[in-house]
Amino acid sequence: MSITVSLIVNGKAVTQTCLENTTLVELIREKLQLTGTHVGCDTSQCGACTVHMNGRAVKACTVLAVQAEGAEVVTIEGIGVADNLHPMQSAFKECHGLQCGFCTPGMIMAAIDLVNQKAELDDQSIRKGLEGNICRCTGYHNIVEAVGRAAARMRE
Amino acid sequence: MVQQSIGERVLRKEDLRFITGKGSYTDDINLPGQAYACFVRSPVAHAIIKGMDISTATAADGVIAVLTGEQVAEDGLGSLPCGWMVHSKDGSEMKQPFHPVMAADKINYVGEPVAIVVAETFLAAKNASELVEIDYEEIDAVVDISSAQSAADIYPEVPGNTVYNWELGEKADTEKAIREAAHVTRISLTNNRLIPNAIEPRAAIADYNTGTQDLTLYTTSQNPGLARLILTAFVQIAPEHKLRIIAPDVGGGFGSKIFVYSEETALAWASKKLGIPIKWTAERSESFVADAHGRDHVTEVELAMDEEGHFLGLHVKTIANMGAYLSTFSAAVPTYLYGTLLAGQYKTPNIYVEVDAVVTNTAPVDAYRGAGRPEAAYLLERIVEVAAREMNLDPVEIRRRNFIAPSDFPYQTPVALEYDSGDYEASLNKALEMADYDGFSERKKEAASRGKKRGIGFSCYIEACGLAPSQLAGSLGAGVGLWESGEVRVNATGTVTVLTGSQSTGQGHETTFAQLVASKFGISIDDVEVIHGDTGKLDFGMGTYGSRSLVVGGSALSKAADKVIAKGKKIAAHMLDSDVEDIDFEDGEFRVRKSNQSKTFQEIAFAAYVPHDYPLEELEPGLSEKAFYDPANFTYPAGTHICEVEIDPDTGVVDIIKFTAVDDFGIIINPMIVEGQVHGGIAQGIGQALLEQCIYDETGQLLTGSYMDYCMPRADDLPSFEVGMTCTPCTHNPIGAKGCGEAGAIGSPPAVINAITDALGIMEMDMPATSERVWRAMQQAGGA
Ligand code: FES
Ligand code: FES
Repeated sequence: MSITVSLIVNGKAVTQTCLENTTLVELIREKLQLTGTHVGCDTSQCGACTVHMNGRAVKACTVLAVQAEGAEVVTIEGIGVADNLHPMQSAFKECHGLQCGFCTPGMIMAAIDLVNQKAELDDQSIRKGLEGNICRCTGYHNIVEAVGRAAARMRE
Repeated sequence: MVQQSIGERVLRKEDLRFITGKGSYTDDINLPGQAYACFVRSPVAHAIIKGMDISTATAADGVIAVLTGEQVAEDGLGSLPCGWMVHSKDGSEMKQPFHPVMAADKINYVGEPVAIVVAETFLAAKNASELVEIDYEEIDAVVDISSAQSAADIYPEVPGNTVYNWELGEKADTEKAIREAAHVTRISLTNNRLIPNAIEPRAAIADYNTGTQDLTLYTTSQNPGLARLILTAFVQIAPEHKLRIIAPDVGGGFGSKIFVYSEETALAWASKKLGIPIKWTAERSESFVADAHGRDHVTEVELAMDEEGHFLGLHVKTIANMGAYLSTFSAAVPTYLYGTLLAGQYKTPNIYVEVDAVVTNTAPVDAYRGAGRPEAAYLLERIVEVAAREMNLDPVEIRRRNFIAPSDFPYQTPVALEYDSGDYEASLNKALEMADYDGFSERKKEAASRGKKRGIGFSCYIEACGLAPSQLAGSLGAGVGLWESGEVRVNATGTVTVLTGSQSTGQGHETTFAQLVASKFGISIDDVEVIHGDTGKLDFGMGTYGSRSLVVGGSALSKAADKVIAKGKKIAAHMLDSDVEDIDFEDGEFRVRKSNQSKTFQEIAFAAYVPHDYPLEELEPGLSEKAFYDPANFTYPAGTHICEVEIDPDTGVVDIIKFTAVDDFGIIINPMIVEGQVHGGIAQGIGQALLEQCIYDETGQLLTGSYMDYCMPRADDLPSFEVGMTCTPCTHNPIGAKGCGEAGAIGSPPAVINAITDALGIMEMDMPATSERVWRAMQQAGGA
């Protein structure tokens, strides 16, 4: 059965018709063609699909599109652009916090939420906070550094 | 001008698109009118297909077609080949079962594709795939590696389920050394089966144009050129000039995206049959059953020593699990990439290794980061550590006593390789200092006072990289050459387009190769663009695996750049009215020696394309050169990894307190990227040592088929890493580089296990050393 969903994505109001079992990540990738948000698993474990919904990080593979009715959704495409990057984006680049880049959008979205939620972050709490996002390439060392660096800048 | 040369930590050119969500991975691509595919896979491991009914599925909503393994067979598609022919001891060729693109009459592992459903949407395809009815007559599955050779044959053409029985080295001399030695250390070990798990699942879009009869395959590949060769020459899906393979951004590979698999091949075939573009993206559960797995060895090792702990002989007997079919590279992994590395960093005079490769009813096993070399380093560095304990020698001292010295290079090992350069003491010493080995006993005492068990473990690994000298590889059974192609196109305005047959799956080729070429020409890396991953744009190339991109692909580019400079000198000589011999090229300028006359790189480029003042009678216009580079030898990165752990005796939880890696990769272009490679490799190595294990039950069902069951290393499972470098340049390639992609995964597992066994005061511990295993070992040792 088809349903209609209205929500705000990256600041723009959108209305889409989709099946009732369409997930938010399917809506984002297939209907809105925002392909920066990725899918890396089918058990809600990898975090590649992480976006912000009403200001908090969610795994978009685990949210139905219909649950996002009226919500404000921000994807990797909505946080910064080439000449005006979000501090988390710049820090990932400066610290070599990405290799293949596939986990990166989800990792960046999860990390921004982590910094927003926690007043104090050390290496251990960054690691703990990112345990819902799997990266197979970097060994996390540089990701942890990037998040620490971005956290300092975001609080300036 | 940002002129960032060799050795500088240049930030990556590719990052901007990835951090802003503008990457283009295969699943991000959509073609007009594309259909979607879903594979019907066998739920059982070993069975005869008695019948199949596709009528309900075919009639289902949105379904375009259901194509089966039987139709593949009718169309005469070839076997998916193994590209490496290994010979048994008796000289006979390995036994290779026919590997159908989709199974027609018999199932050999869980997840084997039997049909492809093509539909208007993925959901329709998936729903219909459940309507395909198949009648399976099950046969007992062969799963256990140790008993596979005495089990009933899976294939009549593979008697004893044994693909080959391979050997290397001097058997009699090694056995004599063991018989006569003052001391012999013996261990048995398992190299646990792993699932590669690149975070981007495999995906493909096949697009057959019925008008031009061109077939384009977008796919997640580490080696589009090689894939094209296999699909045309062996599987005969399309003629080579009519098949274009595009690997766009690829989200990690670690070996698993080298191979030519059933799914991509079936998709290409189906697109051609139906005349429409078809897309397939693996769901993670499919990746678990359908990607080639890694490792999976059981091994017995004996090391003979004299009274002082000098190694006299090493005897290795391994059974390697190949899974149900011989995947693309599989035959080479437990042989030429394994047995040849058993000298390690040591002057062991006698080495003998025999390997039985067996088939089982499990997914195919092939190269996974390190491929054979981690298995070799693991057994060697484990037995050396155990030997040290048995001989009451410091684990560092026993290694020093046996090291190949810097003055011994080039060093011919008893297992076929000739190491060109190295300084093993240098890496060891630096690692000892970084890890503060001297302070370890104090730290151990302090940990004990808190009730914790602290241990330290070493690993002095070596690997052979930069695959490979083609003639040597050919004489060892390789079905292909292992050179690389490169092209350096200087544009009229002096910017440069670089084309390479190497393929990035995250290693940063677009930066490293730009840095290499920019520094050759004295131009900014912003003026260099690297193109890879499209057989429609590039020369035939061999791709990325075996830490070969910079070593082989970079060398090709280095040679092509030299040709550009040589031609540039001729143009400059003409323009400056001088002799070619008198022209020097330095810092981006062609200069007449001992004069102030010069032309910039950009001026020469312009003259080459606007040849008004140009030696047209001797030289063609244009400034674009190609090179193919075939390496003279492997390269031999080596180093020391030291792991320090603390174990909680109540829970068995292992905490890695500090992990130190000192590696010699020869000349390094971009240290930031190299360190990143080391970090990622170590993480995978620690994953193998502590967390990861692919488990099949006795019926051949995969028990670890999701991220809920297969334990991937996460951020909070790992420490930060201490990484250092030493440098002895490679002597036989123009860059001096040795390759860095796999070292972390090769060096780290034995260091971790050596640290754990040191902490517990025991000799043996299987990987993964989960808290349960560690806790049980403590109970057994009575040490809790
Ligand atoms: S795709 Fe959502 S958690 Fe993996
Ligand atoms: S950068 Fe490749 S998975 Fe994280």
